[in-house]
Amino acid sequence: MENIALTEAVFYILLSLEKPLHGYGIMQNAEKLSNGRVKLAAGTLYGAINTLLEKGWITSVPGESGDRKKQYVITESGKSAVLAELSRLRELVENGEKLTGGWNK
Amino acid sequence: MRKIIKKMFWAWEFEKEEKWLNEMSTKGLALVGYSWCRYSFEECEPGEYTNKIQLLEHRPNHPESEQYIRFMEETGAEQVASYMNWVYFRKKTAEGPFELFSDIESKMNHLILVKKLLLPIAVLNLWIFLMNAVNFALNYPSGIWIPFINLACAALILFGVNRIQKKINALKKERTIRE
Repeated sequence: MENIALTEAVFYILLSLEKPLHGYGIMQNAEKLSNGRVKLAAGTLYGAINTLLEKGWITSVPGESGDRKKQYVITESGKSAVLAELSRLRELVENGEKLTGGWNK
Repeated sequence: MRKIIKKMFWAWEFEKEEKWLNEMSTKGLALVGYSWCRYSFEECEPGEYTNKIQLLEHRPNHPESEQYIRFMEETGAEQVASYMNWVYFRKKTAEGPFELFSDIESKMNHLILVKKLLLPIAVLNLWIFLMNAVNFALNYPSGIWIPFINLACAALILFGVNRIQKKINALKKERTIRE
């Protein structure tokens, strides 16, 4: 597993795909999870989805019949990428809090 | 009623073009078509739509482009016009801000694509200038000014490339500290 930070877009896409969702659903979910802060733009999302498909971190699933929108779901390797990122983030937060304790007035 | 406006933007001014289209939308005119320097508008509610312009890697009817445009449509945007590899999208302003890219990386990649479109045209013009300059100097000295038309074209396009490159460099710098 690489040791590189995930982008915010990728992190929220992966978090959104426990259950199958289509692109617009991912955008809405990321916005909801982040209380409106993260607004994934469609072009950025599209690029990230394609890269994640290539890496096998997500996979596309056939939508309900009559629904032409593609849906995506996270894979096992996608889940371990999220878990690795979470422990990296935990380290950042712990160190950050430890060392900035005196910064807040 | 359709309204036609003739106006010209250089390829490196696509952001200025977007701004102009959005101003037209504010005035109640929605873009519905484009061909070379010719914009067609239809009346809309003032500010009803936000416009964005994107250069794609392939023609809009290429399967990869079609897949992308379909994806855009699923997110509430629609394609209103296209010209070569340029696609004009719009989205209802009421549905929130309309951006194509939300991170530095994808903004940069788009600008790099615009640069890749322009650079070969500049090089081609330079090359034609050099070939013709030699030819005219040897055979038609009275027409020696003619090759300079290509040199002027090359200079203009290189000016545009430089504008785009400056934007790419600024993003590259920003990317060294944030996403």
